[in-house]
Amino acid sequence: MQKGRDKDIVLEVEDIHKTYKGHEVLRGISFKVKKGETKVIIGPSGTGKSTLLRCINQLTIPDKGRVWLEGEEVTHTKKNINQFRQKMGMVFQDFNLFDHLNALGNVEIGLVKVKRMDKDKARQKAMEELRQVGLENQAYLYPAQLSGGQKQRVSIARALAMDPKVILFDEPTSALDPELIGEVLEVIKNLAIQGMTMVLVTHEMGFARSVANEIIFMEEGKILESGEPQQLFINPKHERTKRFLKKIIELYGE
Amino acid sequence: MMENFLMIFQALPYLLKGSLVTMGLVGGALLLGFVMGVPMAIGQVYGNRLIANLIFLYVWFFRGLPILVLLFLFYFGLFSLIGLNLPAFVSAILVLGLRSAAYQSQIFRGSIQSLGEGQMLAALSLGMSKIQAIRNIIIPQALRISIPGWSNEYSIILKDSAVCYAISVMELLTRANFISTRTYKPMPIFLTCSFIFLILTYGGVKILNLLEKKVRVPGYAYGRREI
Repeated sequence: MQKGRDKDIVLEVEDIHKTYKGHEVLRGISFKVKKGETKVIIGPSGTGKSTLLRCINQLTIPDKGRVWLEGEEVTHTKKNINQFRQKMGMVFQDFNLFDHLNALGNVEIGLVKVKRMDKDKARQKAMEELRQVGLENQAYLYPAQLSGGQKQRVSIARALAMDPKVILFDEPTSALDPELIGEVLEVIKNLAIQGMTMVLVTHEMGFARSVANEIIFMEEGKILESGEPQQLFINPKHERTKRFLKKIIELYGE
Repeated sequence: MMENFLMIFQALPYLLKGSLVTMGLVGGALLLGFVMGVPMAIGQVYGNRLIANLIFLYVWFFRGLPILVLLFLFYFGLFSLIGLNLPAFVSAILVLGLRSAAYQSQIFRGSIQSLGEGQMLAALSLGMSKIQAIRNIIIPQALRISIPGWSNEYSIILKDSAVCYAISVMELLTRANFISTRTYKPMPIFLTCSFIFLILTYGGVKILNLLEKKVRVPGYAYGRREI
Protein backbone atom coordinates (compact mmCIF):
# COMPACT_ATOMS: atom_id res chain seq x y z
CA MET A 1 0.00 0.00 0.00
CA GLN A 2 1.33 3.37 -0.94
CA LYS A 3 1.43 6.18 1.53
CA GLY A 4 2.66 9.19 -0.36
CA ARG A 5 1.93 11.95 2.08
CA ASP A 6 5.46 13.06 2.55
CA LYS A 7 8.33 12.05 0.30
CA ASP A 8 10.79 12.89 3.05
CA ILE A 9 9.48 10.27 5.44
CA VAL A 10 11.61 7.11 5.33
CA LEU A 11 10.01 5.21 8.16
CA GLU A 12 6.58 5.53 9.63
CA VAL A 13 5.34 3.59 12.61
CA GLU A 14 1.67 3.75 13.52
CA ASP A 15 -0.02 2.54 16.69
CA ILE A 16 2.16 -0.50 17.38
CA HIS A 17 0.84 -2.84 20.06
CA LYS A 18 2.46 -5.98 21.38
CA THR A 19 1.48 -8.23 24.26
CA TYR A 20 3.66 -11.01 25.63
CA LYS A 21 1.99 -13.56 27.87
CA GLY A 22 -0.60 -11.14 29.14
CA HIS A 23 1.91 -8.34 29.62
CA GLU A 24 1.32 -5.38 27.33
CA VAL A 25 4.84 -4.42 26.25
CA LEU A 26 3.89 -1.87 23.60
CA ARG A 27 0.72 0.16 23.96
CA GLY A 28 0.36 2.15 20.81
CA ILE A 29 3.60 3.61 19.53
CA SER A 30 3.63 6.00 16.57
CA PHE A 31 6.39 8.11 15.10
CA LYS A 32 7.90 9.16 11.80
CA VAL A 33 11.53 9.29 10.76
CA LYS A 34 12.61 11.69 8.06
CA LYS A 35 15.39 11.03 5.63
CA GLY A 36 18.77 11.67 7.23
CA GLU A 37 17.27 11.96 10.66
CA THR A 38 18.63 10.33 13.81
CA LYS A 39 15.87 9.41 16.19
CA VAL A 40 16.95 8.32 19.66
CA ILE A 41 14.67 6.31 21.91
CA ILE A 42 15.36 6.41 25.63
CA GLY A 43 13.54 5.08 28.63
CA PRO A 44 13.82 2.70 31.58
CA SER A 45 14.59 -0.97 30.98
CA GLY A 46 11.65 -3.17 30.18
CA THR A 47 9.60 -0.45 28.52
CA GLY A 48 9.62 -2.25 25.19
CA LYS A 49 12.30 -0.30 23.34
CA SER A 50 13.96 -3.42 21.91
CA THR A 51 10.60 -4.99 21.17
CA LEU A 52 9.65 -1.85 19.28
CA LEU A 53 12.72 -2.10 17.04
CA ARG A 54 11.94 -5.75 16.36
CA CYS A 55 8.36 -4.90 15.55
CA ILE A 56 9.62 -2.44 12.97
CA ASN A 57 11.52 -5.01 10.92
CA GLN A 58 9.03 -7.74 11.81
CA LEU A 59 11.47 -9.96 13.67
CA THR A 60 8.62 -9.75 16.15
CA ILE A 61 5.18 -9.49 14.63
CA PRO A 62 3.16 -6.74 16.31
CA ASP A 63 -0.36 -7.58 17.43
CA LYS A 64 -1.68 -4.35 16.03
CA GLY A 65 -0.34 -1.36 14.15
CA ARG A 66 1.39 -0.68 10.87
CA VAL A 67 4.84 0.15 9.59
CA TRP A 68 5.74 1.85 6.32
CA LEU A 69 9.13 2.03 4.71
CA GLU A 70 9.40 4.73 2.05
CA GLY A 71 5.64 4.74 1.71
CA GLU A 72 5.33 0.99 1.26
CA GLU A 73 3.59 -0.96 3.95
CA VAL A 74 5.82 -3.48 5.70
CA THR A 75 3.11 -4.96 7.90
CA HIS A 76 0.41 -7.12 6.29
CA THR A 77 2.38 -7.00 3.10
CA LYS A 78 1.90 -9.20 0.10
CA LYS A 79 5.53 -8.67 -0.68
CA ASN A 80 8.23 -10.84 0.78
CA ILE A 81 9.21 -9.49 4.20
CA ASN A 82 12.87 -10.33 3.45
CA GLN A 83 12.92 -7.59 0.83
CA PHE A 84 12.00 -5.03 3.48
CA ARG A 85 14.47 -6.38 5.99
CA GLN A 86 17.26 -5.93 3.46
CA LYS A 87 16.48 -2.23 3.48
CA MET A 88 16.33 -1.97 7.26
CA GLY A 89 19.69 -2.63 8.81
CA MET A 90 19.83 -3.82 12.38
CA VAL A 91 22.62 -3.60 14.92
CA PHE A 92 22.18 -5.71 18.04
CA GLN A 93 23.24 -5.16 21.60
CA ASP A 94 25.29 -8.35 21.65
CA PHE A 95 26.60 -7.97 18.07
CA ASN A 96 25.36 -11.35 16.79
CA LEU A 97 28.23 -11.64 14.37
CA PHE A 98 28.32 -14.93 12.50
CA ASP A 99 30.93 -16.75 14.53
CA HIS A 100 32.15 -19.05 11.75
CA LEU A 101 32.97 -16.19 9.36
CA ASN A 102 35.75 -13.66 9.59
CA ALA A 103 35.02 -9.93 9.63
CA LEU A 104 35.06 -9.74 5.84
CA GLY A 105 32.85 -12.81 5.53
CA ASN A 106 30.35 -11.32 7.94
CA VAL A 107 30.01 -8.17 5.87
CA GLU A 108 30.08 -10.03 2.56
CA ILE A 109 27.54 -12.77 3.17
CA GLY A 110 24.45 -10.59 2.86
CA LEU A 111 25.73 -9.21 -0.43
CA VAL A 112 26.46 -12.65 -1.87
CA LYS A 113 23.51 -14.64 -0.53
CA VAL A 114 20.78 -12.01 -0.37
CA LYS A 115 21.74 -9.45 -3.01
CA ARG A 116 23.27 -12.13 -5.24
CA MET A 117 26.19 -9.87 -5.90
CA ASP A 118 29.18 -11.15 -7.77
CA LYS A 119 31.81 -12.56 -5.35
CA ASP A 120 34.61 -10.15 -6.29
CA LYS A 121 32.36 -7.13 -6.20
CA ALA A 122 30.93 -8.20 -2.87
CA ARG A 123 34.42 -8.58 -1.45
CA GLN A 124 35.36 -5.13 -2.66
CA LYS A 125 32.28 -3.56 -1.21
CA ALA A 126 32.67 -5.42 2.08
CA MET A 127 36.24 -4.17 2.32
CA GLU A 128 35.05 -0.61 1.72
CA GLU A 129 32.52 -0.90 4.52
CA LEU A 130 35.18 -2.25 6.87
CA ARG A 131 37.36 0.70 5.97
CA GLN A 132 34.47 2.99 6.77
CA VAL A 133 34.39 1.62 10.34
CA GLY A 134 38.18 1.57 10.57
CA LEU A 135 38.69 -2.17 10.45
CA GLU A 136 40.28 -2.90 7.10
CA ASN A 137 43.29 -4.36 8.93
CA GLN A 138 41.10 -6.75 10.88
CA ALA A 139 39.24 -8.06 7.83
CA TYR A 140 40.56 -11.60 8.17
CA LEU A 141 40.11 -11.94 11.91
CA TYR A 142 37.26 -14.00 13.31
CA PRO A 143 34.72 -12.65 15.82
CA ALA A 144 36.38 -14.54 18.68
CA GLN A 145 39.60 -12.70 17.88
CA LEU A 146 38.04 -9.23 17.98
CA SER A 147 37.34 -6.92 20.90
CA GLY A 148 33.77 -6.01 21.73
CA GLY A 149 34.12 -2.60 20.12
CA GLN A 150 35.57 -4.12 16.97
CA LYS A 151 32.79 -6.69 16.83
CA GLN A 152 30.17 -3.99 17.04
CA ARG A 153 31.89 -2.01 14.30
CA VAL A 154 31.91 -5.11 12.08
CA SER A 155 28.21 -5.53 12.73
CA ILE A 156 27.64 -1.90 11.72
CA ALA A 157 29.63 -2.53 8.54
CA ARG A 158 27.51 -5.63 7.92
CA ALA A 159 24.36 -3.55 8.16
CA LEU A 160 25.82 -0.75 6.03
CA ALA A 161 26.85 -3.11 3.25
CA MET A 162 23.23 -3.75 2.36
CA ASP A 163 22.74 -0.04 1.59
CA PRO A 164 19.81 0.21 3.97
CA LYS A 165 17.29 3.02 3.97
CA VAL A 166 17.35 3.08 7.74
CA ILE A 167 19.44 1.38 10.44
CA LEU A 168 17.93 0.28 13.73
CA PHE A 169 20.39 0.25 16.64
CA ASP A 170 19.39 -1.75 19.69
CA GLU A 171 21.56 -0.49 22.56
CA PRO A 172 24.72 -0.84 20.50
CA THR A 173 27.09 0.01 23.35
CA SER A 174 25.38 -1.64 26.32
CA ALA A 175 27.46 -4.81 26.15
CA LEU A 176 30.77 -2.95 25.83
CA ASP A 177 33.51 -2.10 28.30
CA PRO A 178 33.49 1.64 29.00
CA GLU A 179 36.75 2.25 27.15
CA LEU A 180 35.40 0.61 23.99
CA ILE A 181 32.16 2.57 23.83
CA GLY A 182 33.81 5.61 22.29
CA GLU A 183 35.00 3.93 19.10
CA VAL A 184 31.50 2.62 18.36
CA LEU A 185 29.80 5.93 19.09
CA GLU A 186 32.34 7.62 16.84
CA VAL A 187 31.31 5.38 13.94
CA ILE A 188 27.61 6.03 14.55
CA LYS A 189 28.24 9.75 14.80
CA ASN A 190 29.99 9.70 11.45
CA LEU A 191 27.01 7.94 9.93
CA ALA A 192 24.75 10.65 11.31
CA ILE A 193 26.96 13.30 9.76
CA GLN A 194 26.90 11.48 6.43
CA GLY A 195 23.11 11.58 6.53
CA MET A 196 22.23 7.97 7.34
CA THR A 197 18.70 7.61 8.65
CA MET A 198 18.82 5.94 12.04
CA VAL A 199 16.67 4.87 14.95
CA LEU A 200 18.74 4.33 18.02
CA VAL A 201 17.92 2.89 21.42
CA THR A 202 20.61 3.90 23.89
CA HIS A 203 21.45 4.88 27.44
CA GLU A 204 24.30 7.13 26.36
CA MET A 205 22.68 10.46 27.11
CA GLY A 206 25.60 12.68 26.17
CA PHE A 207 25.77 10.93 22.84
CA ALA A 208 22.01 11.05 22.35
CA ARG A 209 22.12 14.74 22.99
CA SER A 210 24.80 15.38 20.43
CA VAL A 211 23.53 13.24 17.52
CA ALA A 212 19.77 13.07 17.92
CA ASN A 213 17.44 15.22 15.86
CA GLU A 214 14.69 14.10 18.13
CA ILE A 215 14.56 12.14 21.35
CA ILE A 216 11.64 9.92 22.24
CA PHE A 217 11.11 9.10 25.89
CA MET A 218 9.29 5.80 26.30
CA GLU A 219 7.83 4.34 29.41
CA GLU A 220 5.61 1.30 29.94
CA GLY A 221 5.05 0.78 26.27
CA LYS A 222 4.06 4.33 25.48
CA ILE A 223 5.74 7.48 24.28
CA LEU A 224 5.62 9.81 27.24
CA GLU A 225 7.18 12.72 25.46
CA SER A 226 9.39 13.56 22.56
CA GLY A 227 11.25 16.53 21.26
CA GLU A 228 14.54 18.06 20.32
CA PRO A 229 17.39 17.12 22.64
CA GLN A 230 17.82 20.63 24.04
CA GLN A 231 14.18 20.95 24.91
CA LEU A 232 13.90 17.45 26.37
CA PHE A 233 17.05 17.64 28.42
CA ILE A 234 16.74 21.16 29.68
CA ASN A 235 13.04 21.52 29.97
CA PRO A 236 11.21 18.17 30.05
CA LYS A 237 7.46 18.44 30.25
CA HIS A 238 6.88 15.44 32.46
CA GLU A 239 8.08 14.93 35.96
CA ARG A 240 8.80 11.29 35.06
CA THR A 241 11.12 12.28 32.22
CA LYS A 242 12.93 14.63 34.55
CA ARG A 243 13.49 11.92 37.13
CA PHE A 244 14.67 9.42 34.55
CA LEU A 245 17.14 11.85 33.02
CA LYS A 246 18.47 12.80 36.41
CA LYS A 247 19.00 9.18 37.37
CA ILE A 248 20.59 8.14 34.09
CA ILE A 249 22.93 11.12 34.07
CA GLU A 250 24.04 10.24 37.61
CA LEU A 251 24.77 6.72 36.38
CA TYR A 252 26.31 7.35 33.00
CA GLY A 253 27.44 10.96 33.14
CA GLU A 254 26.52 13.69 30.72
CA MET B 1 52.47 -70.70 19.20
CA MET B 2 53.87 -70.79 15.70
CA GLU B 3 50.87 -72.64 14.39
CA ASN B 4 48.58 -69.99 15.90
CA PHE B 5 50.40 -67.29 13.98
CA LEU B 6 50.20 -69.33 10.82
CA MET B 7 46.47 -69.82 11.27
CA ILE B 8 45.91 -66.11 11.85
CA PHE B 9 48.02 -65.31 8.84
CA GLN B 10 45.93 -67.65 6.72
CA ALA B 11 42.67 -66.33 8.14
CA LEU B 12 43.65 -62.70 7.77
CA PRO B 13 42.50 -62.06 4.16
CA TYR B 14 39.16 -63.63 5.02
CA LEU B 15 38.83 -61.46 8.12
CA LEU B 16 39.94 -58.33 6.31
CA LYS B 17 37.23 -58.89 3.73
CA GLY B 18 34.90 -59.02 6.70
CA SER B 19 36.22 -55.69 7.93
CA LEU B 20 35.42 -54.22 4.53
CA VAL B 21 31.85 -55.43 4.95
CA THR B 22 31.86 -53.91 8.43
CA MET B 23 33.09 -50.62 7.03
CA GLY B 24 30.37 -50.80 4.39
CA LEU B 25 27.75 -51.23 7.10
CA VAL B 26 29.18 -48.38 9.14
CA GLY B 27 29.64 -46.04 6.19
CA GLY B 28 26.18 -46.71 4.83
CA ALA B 29 24.51 -46.37 8.21
CA LEU B 30 26.35 -43.17 9.10
CA LEU B 31 25.52 -41.65 5.74
CA LEU B 32 21.84 -42.56 5.98
CA GLY B 33 21.80 -41.32 9.56
CA PHE B 34 23.40 -38.04 8.52
CA VAL B 35 21.14 -37.41 5.55
CA MET B 36 18.10 -38.02 7.75
CA GLY B 37 19.47 -36.64 10.99
CA VAL B 38 20.26 -33.10 9.81
CA PRO B 39 16.77 -32.35 8.45
CA MET B 40 15.24 -34.02 11.50
CA ALA B 41 17.21 -31.76 13.80
CA ILE B 42 16.16 -28.71 11.78
CA GLY B 43 12.56 -29.88 11.83
CA GLN B 44 12.65 -30.34 15.56
CA VAL B 45 14.09 -26.88 16.21
CA TYR B 46 12.39 -24.79 13.53
CA GLY B 47 9.46 -26.91 12.44
CA ASN B 48 5.87 -26.59 13.62
CA ARG B 49 4.51 -28.64 16.48
CA LEU B 50 3.27 -31.48 14.28
CA ILE B 51 6.67 -31.97 12.66
CA ALA B 52 8.49 -31.70 15.97
CA ASN B 53 6.17 -34.27 17.53
CA LEU B 54 6.55 -36.71 14.66
CA ILE B 55 10.32 -36.50 14.97
CA PHE B 56 10.06 -36.93 18.72
CA LEU B 57 8.06 -40.14 18.15
CA TYR B 58 10.62 -41.40 15.65
CA VAL B 59 13.50 -40.75 18.02
CA TRP B 60 11.63 -42.31 20.92
CA PHE B 61 11.01 -45.48 18.91
CA PHE B 62 14.51 -45.96 17.55
CA ARG B 63 16.29 -45.03 20.75
CA GLY B 64 13.94 -47.06 22.87
CA LEU B 65 14.49 -50.50 21.37
CA PRO B 66 17.56 -52.74 21.57
CA ILE B 67 19.41 -52.86 18.29
CA LEU B 68 18.93 -56.61 18.02
CA VAL B 69 15.18 -56.25 18.46
CA LEU B 70 15.13 -53.59 15.73
CA LEU B 71 17.16 -55.79 13.44
CA PHE B 72 14.86 -58.80 13.87
CA LEU B 73 11.75 -56.66 13.72
CA PHE B 74 12.74 -55.13 10.39
CA TYR B 75 14.61 -58.00 8.77
CA PHE B 76 12.29 -60.86 9.65
CA GLY B 77 9.14 -58.79 10.10
CA LEU B 78 8.54 -55.42 8.55
CA PHE B 79 10.58 -55.66 5.37
CA SER B 80 8.99 -58.93 4.26
CA LEU B 81 5.58 -57.74 5.45
CA ILE B 82 5.69 -54.86 2.97
CA GLY B 83 7.00 -57.18 0.29
CA LEU B 84 10.57 -55.94 0.36
CA ASN B 85 12.91 -58.82 -0.14
CA LEU B 86 16.13 -57.16 0.84
CA PRO B 87 19.49 -58.85 1.25
CA ALA B 88 20.75 -59.05 4.84
CA PHE B 89 23.51 -56.51 4.14
CA VAL B 90 21.12 -53.86 2.85
CA SER B 91 18.61 -54.52 5.61
CA ALA B 92 21.39 -54.14 8.17
CA ILE B 93 22.45 -50.78 6.71
CA LEU B 94 18.86 -49.58 6.74
CA VAL B 95 18.24 -50.59 10.34
CA LEU B 96 21.56 -49.26 11.62
CA GLY B 97 21.05 -46.08 9.59
CA LEU B 98 17.46 -45.46 10.67
CA ARG B 99 18.54 -45.90 14.26
CA SER B 100 21.60 -43.72 13.82
CA ALA B 101 19.37 -40.99 12.36
CA ALA B 102 17.58 -40.86 15.70
CA TYR B 103 20.83 -40.42 17.58
CA GLN B 104 22.43 -38.09 15.05
CA SER B 105 19.37 -35.85 14.96
CA GLN B 106 19.82 -35.27 18.67
CA ILE B 107 23.53 -34.51 18.26
CA PHE B 108 22.70 -31.87 15.64
CA ARG B 109 19.73 -30.54 17.57
CA GLY B 110 21.93 -29.96 20.58
CA SER B 111 24.45 -28.12 18.43
CA ILE B 112 21.82 -25.94 16.75
CA GLN B 113 20.28 -25.03 20.09
CA SER B 114 23.67 -24.15 21.53
CA LEU B 115 24.06 -21.39 18.92
CA GLY B 116 21.72 -18.90 20.46
CA GLU B 117 18.81 -17.09 18.88
CA GLY B 118 20.93 -14.10 17.87
CA GLN B 119 22.52 -15.89 14.90
CA MET B 120 19.13 -16.49 13.31
CA LEU B 121 17.89 -12.96 14.12
CA ALA B 122 20.99 -11.39 12.58
CA ALA B 123 20.61 -13.50 9.44
CA LEU B 124 16.93 -12.61 9.08
CA SER B 125 17.69 -8.94 9.67
CA LEU B 126 19.97 -9.02 6.62
CA GLY B 127 17.04 -10.15 4.55
CA MET B 128 17.85 -13.84 4.42
CA SER B 129 14.94 -16.25 4.31
CA LYS B 130 14.75 -18.76 7.12
CA ILE B 131 16.01 -21.47 4.78
CA GLN B 132 18.96 -19.33 3.66
CA ALA B 133 19.77 -18.59 7.28
CA ILE B 134 19.68 -22.25 8.21
CA ARG B 135 21.86 -23.23 5.27
CA ASN B 136 24.42 -20.43 5.42
CA ILE B 137 24.59 -19.54 9.09
CA ILE B 138 23.14 -22.26 11.31
CA ILE B 139 24.27 -25.48 9.63
CA PRO B 140 27.95 -24.57 9.08
CA GLN B 141 28.29 -23.72 12.76
CA ALA B 142 26.19 -26.58 14.07
CA LEU B 143 28.10 -29.19 12.06
CA ARG B 144 31.43 -27.99 13.42
CA ILE B 145 30.18 -28.26 16.97
CA SER B 146 28.78 -31.70 16.19
CA ILE B 147 32.02 -33.35 15.16
CA PRO B 148 33.05 -34.64 18.62
CA GLY B 149 29.59 -36.07 19.25
CA TRP B 150 29.54 -37.48 15.76
CA SER B 151 32.86 -39.16 16.32
CA ASN B 152 31.22 -40.88 19.28
CA GLU B 153 28.40 -42.01 17.04
CA TYR B 154 30.94 -43.48 14.59
CA SER B 155 32.61 -45.60 17.24
CA ILE B 156 29.25 -46.75 18.61
CA ILE B 157 27.92 -47.79 15.20
CA LEU B 158 31.16 -49.55 14.41
CA LYS B 159 30.74 -51.76 17.45
CA ASP B 160 26.99 -52.14 17.03
CA SER B 161 27.53 -53.39 13.49
CA ALA B 162 28.68 -56.68 15.03
CA VAL B 163 25.07 -57.54 15.86
CA CYS B 164 24.53 -58.08 12.16
CA TYR B 165 26.09 -61.44 12.90
CA ALA B 166 22.59 -62.39 14.03
CA ILE B 167 21.22 -62.10 10.51
CA SER B 168 24.33 -63.63 8.95
CA VAL B 169 25.79 -60.57 7.27
CA MET B 170 29.33 -61.61 6.44
CA GLU B 171 30.97 -58.91 8.51
CA LEU B 172 34.01 -59.19 10.75
CA LEU B 173 32.51 -60.99 13.73
CA THR B 174 30.51 -63.43 11.62
CA ARG B 175 33.67 -64.44 9.83
CA ALA B 176 35.72 -64.64 13.01
CA ASN B 177 33.11 -66.88 14.55
CA PHE B 178 33.02 -69.00 11.43
CA ILE B 179 36.78 -69.65 11.56
CA SER B 180 36.68 -70.19 15.29
CA THR B 181 34.10 -72.97 15.02
CA ARG B 182 36.17 -74.65 12.32
CA THR B 183 39.57 -74.41 14.01
CA TYR B 184 38.46 -74.70 17.63
CA LYS B 185 40.84 -71.85 18.43
CA PRO B 186 38.61 -69.03 19.59
CA MET B 187 41.21 -67.07 21.50
CA PRO B 188 43.66 -66.08 18.72
CA ILE B 189 40.84 -65.49 16.26
CA PHE B 190 38.76 -63.27 18.51
CA LEU B 191 41.89 -61.44 19.60
CA THR B 192 42.64 -60.68 15.97
CA CYS B 193 39.03 -59.65 15.44
CA SER B 194 39.26 -57.33 18.47
CA PHE B 195 42.50 -55.90 17.22
CA ILE B 196 40.93 -54.99 13.87
CA PHE B 197 37.98 -53.35 15.62
CA LEU B 198 40.34 -51.31 17.76
CA ILE B 199 42.28 -50.15 14.73
CA LEU B 200 39.09 -49.18 12.91
CA THR B 201 37.88 -47.21 15.93
CA TYR B 202 41.19 -45.50 16.32
CA GLY B 203 41.54 -44.66 12.62
CA GLY B 204 38.04 -43.26 12.28
CA VAL B 205 38.22 -41.14 15.40
CA LYS B 206 41.64 -39.89 14.35
CA ILE B 207 40.32 -38.82 10.95
CA LEU B 208 37.42 -37.00 12.59
CA ASN B 209 39.82 -35.27 14.96
CA LEU B 210 41.80 -34.05 11.98
CA LEU B 211 38.61 -32.83 10.34
CA GLU B 212 37.66 -31.01 13.53
CA LYS B 213 41.02 -29.30 13.58
CA LYS B 214 40.82 -28.42 9.90
CA VAL B 215 37.41 -26.75 10.01
CA ARG B 216 37.90 -25.17 13.40
CA VAL B 217 37.08 -21.47 13.65
CA PRO B 218 40.06 -19.45 14.91
CA GLY B 219 39.71 -18.13 18.42
CA TYR B 220 37.83 -21.11 19.81
CA ALA B 221 39.22 -23.60 22.29
CA TYR B 222 40.58 -26.74 20.71
CA GLY B 223 42.65 -29.20 22.69
CA ARG B 224 45.95 -27.73 23.69
CA ARG B 225 46.04 -24.02 23.40
CA GLU B 226 48.12 -22.64 20.59
CA ILE B 227 50.33 -19.80 21.62
